[in-house]
Amino acid sequence: MGLFVNITLDGIANGMIFAALALALVLIFRATRIVNFAQGAMGMITTFIASSILGRGIGYWWAFAAVLVIGFVLGALVERVLIRPLQGKSELNPVIVTIGLLVVLEGLAGTIYGNSSRGFPAAYSQSGLTVGHTKVAFSHFDVFILVSVLILMTGTLVLFRATTLGLRMRASAFAGEISRLLGVRVGLLLTLGWALAGVAGSLAGLLVAPTSSFGPYFMDLVLVYAFTAAVIGGLESPVGALIGGLITGLSISYVGGYLGSGLQPLGALVLLMVALMARPEGIFARPPARRV
Amino acid sequence: MTPTAARGLTWMRPRWLGRLRLPAQPLVRHLILALGGGALLYLLTVSLSPYNDFEVGEIALYVIALSGLSLLTGVNGQISLGHGAFMAVGAYATALLMTHTHLNFVIELLAAVAAAGILGLVIGIPATRLKGPYLAGMTLLLALALPPIADKWSTAFGGDQGITTTVPSPPGTVNPEEWLAWIQILGALIVLVLLANLLRSRFGRSFRAVRDDEIAASLSGIHVARTKVTAFVISAACAGLAGAFLGLSTGVVNTGEFPLTLSIQLLAAMVLGGTGTLMGMWWGAVLLVYLPQWSTSLSGDFNLGSGASAYLATIIFGVVLIVAMIAAPTGIQGGLRWAWRQVSSIGTEK
Amino acid sequence: MRQSRDTSIRSWARLLVTGALGVTLGATVLAACSSSPKATPAAANVPGVTANSISIGATVPLTGPAAPGYDEIAPAMNAVFGWVNAHGGVDGRKINYNYLDDGYNPANTATLTRKLVLQDNIFADIGSLGTPTQAAVQAFLNTQKVPQLFIESGCNCWSDPKFPYSSGWQPPYTIEGKILGSYMKANFAGKKIGYLFQGDEFGNDFVKGLDMEIPAASVVSRQSYDAATLAGPLSNQMAALKAAGAQVVAMATIPAATALAMLPAAAIGYLPQYVISNVGADTPTVGPLLSSFTQKGGGSAAQAKAATGLLNGVVTDAYFEPEADVSNPWVQVEKKLLQDYAPSLYAKSGLDGNTQYGIALAYTFVQALQKAGKNLTRAGLLAAIASSGKNFVTPGFVPLSYSSSVHFGFEGSQVIKLSSTAPPAVTPSGSWIGSTPVSPVEVTDLGAGPVTKYTGTTSTPPQSLVSTS
Repeated sequence: MGLFVNITLDGIANGMIFAALALALVLIFRATRIVNFAQGAMGMITTFIASSILGRGIGYWWAFAAVLVIGFVLGALVERVLIRPLQGKSELNPVIVTIGLLVVLEGLAGTIYGNSSRGFPAAYSQSGLTVGHTKVAFSHFDVFILVSVLILMTGTLVLFRATTLGLRMRASAFAGEISRLLGVRVGLLLTLGWALAGVAGSLAGLLVAPTSSFGPYFMDLVLVYAFTAAVIGGLESPVGALIGGLITGLSISYVGGYLGSGLQPLGALVLLMVALMARPEGIFARPPARRV
Repeated sequence: MTPTAARGLTWMRPRWLGRLRLPAQPLVRHLILALGGGALLYLLTVSLSPYNDFEVGEIALYVIALSGLSLLTGVNGQISLGHGAFMAVGAYATALLMTHTHLNFVIELLAAVAAAGILGLVIGIPATRLKGPYLAGMTLLLALALPPIADKWSTAFGGDQGITTTVPSPPGTVNPEEWLAWIQILGALIVLVLLANLLRSRFGRSFRAVRDDEIAASLSGIHVARTKVTAFVISAACAGLAGAFLGLSTGVVNTGEFPLTLSIQLLAAMVLGGTGTLMGMWWGAVLLVYLPQWSTSLSGDFNLGSGASAYLATIIFGVVLIVAMIAAPTGIQGGLRWAWRQVSSIGTEK
Repeated sequence: MRQSRDTSIRSWARLLVTGALGVTLGATVLAACSSSPKATPAAANVPGVTANSISIGATVPLTGPAAPGYDEIAPAMNAVFGWVNAHGGVDGRKINYNYLDDGYNPANTATLTRKLVLQDNIFADIGSLGTPTQAAVQAFLNTQKVPQLFIESGCNCWSDPKFPYSSGWQPPYTIEGKILGSYMKANFAGKKIGYLFQGDEFGNDFVKGLDMEIPAASVVSRQSYDAATLAGPLSNQMAALKAAGAQVVAMATIPAATALAMLPAAAIGYLPQYVISNVGADTPTVGPLLSSFTQKGGGSAAQAKAATGLLNGVVTDAYFEPEADVSNPWVQVEKKLLQDYAPSLYAKSGLDGNTQYGIALAYTFVQALQKAGKNLTRAGLLAAIASSGKNFVTPGFVPLSYSSSVHFGFEGSQVIKLSSTAPPAVTPSGSWIGSTPVSPVEVTDLGAGPVTKYTGTTSTPPQSLVSTS
């Protein structure tokens, strides 16, 4: 019983991190209909920057805030420089460009930071909370993960549903030409979408790094699972990213716990295939209307 | 427009050369081209050193994988980031048969084609419901999910050390690298002829029609799902054969040969060579084979610290991908065709 | 008009990029084809050997997930060769060590090894790393009669009569498992034991050794992990071990996995007695990974303290003197070699388990060269190791086992315990917990032979090595 509880709690914590990165993917897909394969690597680079900042003796929360800002700027920059020129062309091009960016970022991280062993501190204690007489696999840090991702989600939903800015962003994504005619600055809002995704990606990196082998490749698997989560939830829905994240996190935790860690990607694949066969657009998406 | 201006540079070409034409019928045309190419490659391997023969063989095997991918992604519009998995299936199928049975070599290779094709069917069917990025992500997951299975059942699949492969002995005094290269080149030429014919046939037209507009294709009577699955199976089968050849080149088949980077590099090489083309895949294959060596010689030239230099090639590769996609998305083959059109129309008015 | 100017700009851009790609393609092909062999054979026609140079090569992971730590070994070997070359070389020949990055991918290893042998004409393949990678080229190297020596892997497969040109160097994993297993049998009798091992050759061979010593009834749980998909904490495995009640956990883990096991275990309050393979227990390597157990940074002192807290009491083994023992003459020599001949490596990593390993391995090779003599041939090199390997001077606790039938190096080690009271190992990344020996040096074999105490002596570094200047 204890094992099941620990595996479940572990799955929830992982799931929330997948949800954060999945949210980044959703934000970008809504804005520009591209899957950003470099999202994980962008989060990786910002976390390395955080590590450098911390290495200079600056306090954790300052580094945390600074890196979220850097993620914002990085997201905007990538959209402007790399993605804008690709608008309107084949859908293969952004896949290759984001993969190229992934490769460049990993190479940069390897070059600048080298291959040396390093760790990354957590925001709060990673010691498990005590429930009754036993320590469970849920720590203060895991609570922080839960809370910060929920704040991110809520913030995103509030932005989209309750603000004019959010309305404009949704309009730009949904019907760019008409929005432009109505005076909406579409280009700027697409950039903003990428910038917000950059923040989500940075947060994900900071949440994953303490519990992973911190190196240039540490976000690779996270991205893959986050993609699974985003697709299951529907690549257009922030709430879907959250639910998808939890489903994915729990599934691979059970697979890892009862079948073996090597089979986790296979478990995610099966999950993805089942979800897509059942609901190809994702759980929370509206079926698209097609113009014939 | 004067007649001279209309002819452009063609006045330089002797008239009898203008009468030389390849036969119009695709199969004969492709066979002749393949024979010509084969003869060239044979001469090449005979004059090169054993190590260069080994490299030529590797180029040929990657051409097989890339051609299949070009068909799937370029011609049929389905993005696959998981072709490393199909290569792995083909490689293991052949290696297992080589170890446990005494079947004919060609049959062992065909088993690779069949095994990978079957996986292609399994993946291709759900793939019909997915659009571009979704499919890319699912195939990415496939590339990650499949190799660890061999590690899990390590007694059957050889585990870390893997399963050794054996090339049939070369005849006479031919050295083994040359012999293997010939086998791989022959495989590549056969695959290229088959695929070239396929692309010229109604299948090819169906593939393109489905890529361009599924609804229109469906309305004109093309069975969209069946077309997509066919493309997937053919593409996977090509990758399976390439995987078997990779196992022969490496000498052993183990999971370390099929990391995620292989699948990513296949897609990148296909794009850089020229998405949707077949001949362009030769450029892509050359890039794939020379990248590991280029990286080491580059780091030697720059004489950087060990950390910086090792990753330099990775960074350059990524930058090349990005720049090529933004500035020259048709890849090398596309660029060459465009350049040829420009050159041969010098003097004509646009 | 704007449109046609855009089109023509784009066309020129396309031409430029295509041209650049084409030129790059041509250049790489030319460069690869025309790279001349590093050394043309001398009068005796021995590949890689001339009157004043010896060319050797290797394939190691310098990039990729397998690189951390292991990328230090080859540069450390070069420090030894730098010292040798500065003192006139071996029999007047300078050693050129050309190590290439295979990224731990056997397909790359196959290509690069063929390049080294067929194009660069290396004399021997020395110190290549990895089981899957070296297994891929073992048959090729033996067919080509190229020595594949001192392979950096503890696989049992390197001493095989079918492959006489191959040899290992470090203690095979099964031998290490037996020695640690024997210690556990003696000191943890009656306790419940669990295993956590990497699901490949390394883990399986280590467990094989453990099982030869530890009674099966004591093992209550066997957990494994897959190295290729190692990204997050091994919480499930540690939770399973805790649920099974394992009081002692034997681990065959790489340093990343050691940290990813100990962290979640500590998080759920599970603090068993750890017994870890030396592969995953080098404290300057594992220590920084455990520092993430601190909160919000806290500075390097706090990080080292956290790591020390987790590592204190861990049992592992060593087959040469650990870097923390600064008074040991070998440690002093190694430090000086690195400082003098690989200063950037020393500044980055200092003297840690990986650099010590590289130095010891390279020095073994140098002695083999010296013994093979002026009339250097590949067969002569193998014969020199077979006849005199046992007498080579190394930092190891036991002599090398090389003979005409045995192609393993060290077959013994000493069980040590990490202790916060012992002098720490100081490297550029901080100060990491040291160790004390808890058993005598022991030797054993790969089979069912017993683990016996080693009664010989250890060697001291020769004067020529000590007086480096």
